[in-house]
Amino acid sequence: MSSYTRMGELEIEKHTQFIMSVEKKKDFDSMVMEHLRMSGAYWGLTTLDLMGKLDAVNREEVVSWVLQCQHDCGGFSGNVGHDPHILYTLSAIQILALLDKLDTIDADKISAYIVGLQQEDGSFAGDEWGEIDTRFSYCAVCCLSILHRLDKIDVGKAISYVASCKNFDGGFGCTPGGESHAGQIFCCVSAFAISGALTHVDRDLLGWWLCERQVKSGGLNGRPEKLADVCYSWWVLSSLTIIERVHWIDKEKLKTFILDCQDKEHGGISDRPDDAVDVFHTFFGIAGLSLLEYPGLKPIDPAYALPVHVVDRLFFGQPH
Amino acid sequence: MHGRPRKSSSDGGSQEKDMAKAAGLQSLQTQFFKNHHEKIYTKEALQLNAKLLEINPDIYTAWNYRKLAIKQLLESESESASIKQSLDEELRVVERALKRNLTSYGAWHHRKWVINMGYSSLDHEFQLLDQLLKADSRNFNAWNYRRFVADMKKSRDEDELKFTTKKINENFSNYSAWHNRSAILSHMLKNKYGGISAKEQEMTEEYELVRQALFTDTEDQSGWFYHLWLLGQKIAPIGPKLEMSWPCNGSQLVIDFNEQSHAYVSDFDTPFGTDHCMFSEGIPLVLHFSEPVKGVNASTVSVNSLLLQSESLVWRPISPHGLQAKTWVTLLKLPSTNFRAGETYTVQIRVADTLGIILLNGYNFACPTALNFSLDIHTMTIRSTGGNFETVPLAWEADFFFPLAIDENKFPIELHLDSLSIDGSGNQENTRWQQETLDREIKVCRELLEIEMDSKWAKLTLARLLIAQDMLSGGSILRNKRMHTDEVLQLFNDLIEIDPSHAEYYKDQFSLILLDKVSSGKQNLQEYLWDSKGTGSLSNGERNKWLRLHGLSLSRLGSLEQLLWVQRLDISHNRLQSIDGLEALQLLGCLNLSHNLLANFTALGPLRQIKTLRALNIADNKIGAHTVNSTRFSFPSALNNSSISNADTTRDADEENLEISWEITIAFKGLHLRQLDIAGNPANDEKCRRLLMKTLPSLKWLDGTSVN
Repeated sequence: MSSYTRMGELEIEKHTQFIMSVEKKKDFDSMVMEHLRMSGAYWGLTTLDLMGKLDAVNREEVVSWVLQCQHDCGGFSGNVGHDPHILYTLSAIQILALLDKLDTIDADKISAYIVGLQQEDGSFAGDEWGEIDTRFSYCAVCCLSILHRLDKIDVGKAISYVASCKNFDGGFGCTPGGESHAGQIFCCVSAFAISGALTHVDRDLLGWWLCERQVKSGGLNGRPEKLADVCYSWWVLSSLTIIERVHWIDKEKLKTFILDCQDKEHGGISDRPDDAVDVFHTFFGIAGLSLLEYPGLKPIDPAYALPVHVVDRLFFGQPH
Repeated sequence: MHGRPRKSSSDGGSQEKDMAKAAGLQSLQTQFFKNHHEKIYTKEALQLNAKLLEINPDIYTAWNYRKLAIKQLLESESESASIKQSLDEELRVVERALKRNLTSYGAWHHRKWVINMGYSSLDHEFQLLDQLLKADSRNFNAWNYRRFVADMKKSRDEDELKFTTKKINENFSNYSAWHNRSAILSHMLKNKYGGISAKEQEMTEEYELVRQALFTDTEDQSGWFYHLWLLGQKIAPIGPKLEMSWPCNGSQLVIDFNEQSHAYVSDFDTPFGTDHCMFSEGIPLVLHFSEPVKGVNASTVSVNSLLLQSESLVWRPISPHGLQAKTWVTLLKLPSTNFRAGETYTVQIRVADTLGIILLNGYNFACPTALNFSLDIHTMTIRSTGGNFETVPLAWEADFFFPLAIDENKFPIELHLDSLSIDGSGNQENTRWQQETLDREIKVCRELLEIEMDSKWAKLTLARLLIAQDMLSGGSILRNKRMHTDEVLQLFNDLIEIDPSHAEYYKDQFSLILLDKVSSGKQNLQEYLWDSKGTGSLSNGERNKWLRLHGLSLSRLGSLEQLLWVQRLDISHNRLQSIDGLEALQLLGCLNLSHNLLANFTALGPLRQIKTLRALNIADNKIGAHTVNSTRFSFPSALNNSSISNADTTRDADEENLEISWEITIAFKGLHLRQLDIAGNPANDEKCRRLLMKTLPSLKWLDGTSVN
């Protein structure tokens, strides 16, 4: 059976139900994910908004829970009682931006937390324990930009650190010398995009490497000779979009692959067809479809990973 | 959840088991958080934490807790044996966690944190890594950790290189090992030769290794990516260099200078024969580099002439983001005295004689270049050049054009297209070695294609090698030596068929080769040169010369450095989604971009850098047809925290047209367009037209209608 005959519609109602139900699950898999509930909330809420279903959520409840996760240092944790970390600080800021509730927080305090994580060489630590990774550079730049406080850090140094992680294939790794990986590439390319430094990207070399992530099934992998996975529909596609090379892949085949990964009975999207679904892959699948201009989905911004209408409100809305 | 099959919900038994497991984890977690918040670091508490991490190594707070416990221990304990004992326990906890999840960032970082204290054996770490990389040879966390340990141990690059050889020989498809090899080799080359050259023998070994991989599995990507990088290390014929200038080397400009208005009319040679242009603020001097550079200024570029003072020249980067640019421009202004009409003055330019021009990678631009041209100050009366658009708009129609009658004798010599005299660029031996390597690798690809006729990788690499060979043999002296163009174009046509998923990539490459061909010599260029017969105001009894690259299915622009002299360009009826690089054409006055695939106003961002542009046709594109804007981040805006402030945006203040408003600003603000044609785009509504007129106050004609 050809993949085209399997392709169905996007099950918006089912996915909405799935996302709303994740919240209440108490099984083992949900327990294991508890420490990143903040990111889970961001993935779920953003997906709902892209599908035009954000009204299903009680906004006040979400905001009050997010605020419970903020610590005295200004940073946010992945859940109530966990330690603060830059990953979850970004998710929290993205949620508040999505819900238009940035006025509930002290932006200067959060900026101070992020500024404190920048190292001498321009890199960023994830928290006080000093793990360094270009993912955290993205978190820092994205957060501060959303808060209109990018000038609080040494942007030049931050950018040259990210640039120092460039590899032989045009991609980027976690730290200098680290292997290129599509997720990491998204972080680095978006950090450049947000700070107006895309000149550091070799668009043709990287674009070619990225478009070669598409495998026969139409899906995308994250590194050469690896399996396709729906999450790369976001990491690869957003990077290709930012560097204006998205036409180098077969969009129709990718669309089919993502739709084939839906659980059409219970909602949700998985990494590959017929695997177990989760909110992470549901977000990346639908965000990918949004970049592919799937009818009925709101457009998503490839660098801020928020709906375009939210980003435009942040940057072109009322003067600050 | 990666790689786990979807369960059916009716499986009651396993559901019960799952709930029991969840309850167990919940209870461990509750106890752990109690200990964490109350700062209890007893042996029992640490054991409980270890148990939790063994089940769920991703719970980052639990790793933080262990670090706090160690810190407390270090405060009270001074005996190194017992510190080491505690740290060894930490390493064991990490090992157990990694067995559960080899990609747990928290576990790996904890290990680094412990090892950094300097109590543990680094040899043991290498042994552990051998085991882990055997279990998962592509695990990038493990590879990252190996680099960390090698660094601490101060391992020799040669030894680490050997390790990658071993891993590659175990499995040629190990991209992680190839990657690490490239990183180590780059480091070695940088240390040994300052990152500039590679010794022959060392590279020959690399080619042998990669050849074995390619012949083992022709369709495995790993070897091919490495092969491409290897070629780029020394073969890439275009090292960073000054590619072109305007006025070009050896050319002569005949200048009419009007003292009162400080306006210049210049006659100069182009592939059309003599053409002229009016400059109101000075004669532009354009330098085009092969890579973006910064630091072009009066101290890095000397301009010597009796007419000018080099120190006073201000160089401007032609780039949306400033500072770094391929194209740099300065305006040469004649002094109102100190020159004699009828006299010819030479202008000598030396680029990068002193250090200070810097490449993106931080290296110095190390290719000093000299060029010169002359200014023949002819008369002092100003001529009209037409083109004021006051009475009639410019007609864009095709029947308006007729082929340019070229006087073969007046056709400028090839020299004018590319002949910058380059001092000290590469030695002969180097070139010979490059040539040999290319010949050998071309042979390898042809052999592979005999075995596997439809290998896309072999075809693509062959195409790239042939392009490189053409550039190497013809690049620096005469650009018309393009021996392989037709074969390369055929290879890309084949690739479109073999690998249709990437058809658009190959079509882009096809466009680049086609444009290279068109621009690389007078014979090729000739059929694209046209005269326009005047009915409109552009004529004033004169004929205007157009370069018409219309209807060529171009999806990509390239070789623009060969076209710096172009003032009127028609690239309509192509498949362009982007006009990146067009900003290099600093003399451009009229541009026809109609019937392309431009999807947003932001895609027109490069135009904002062309201050001479007066007439623009973007009719029948796709502006406004798409929800995703892929040029959103390519130009400065509030989105990327750049110079254009919100106040700069033309405000018509309702949320609906917010986006189009800033897009129009990005493309057009500050331009002095007289004529704009925009019909046939979905975005072209009343509101859009109002915004355009506001942003472009100089506009006289919009879609052929007079603007008040």
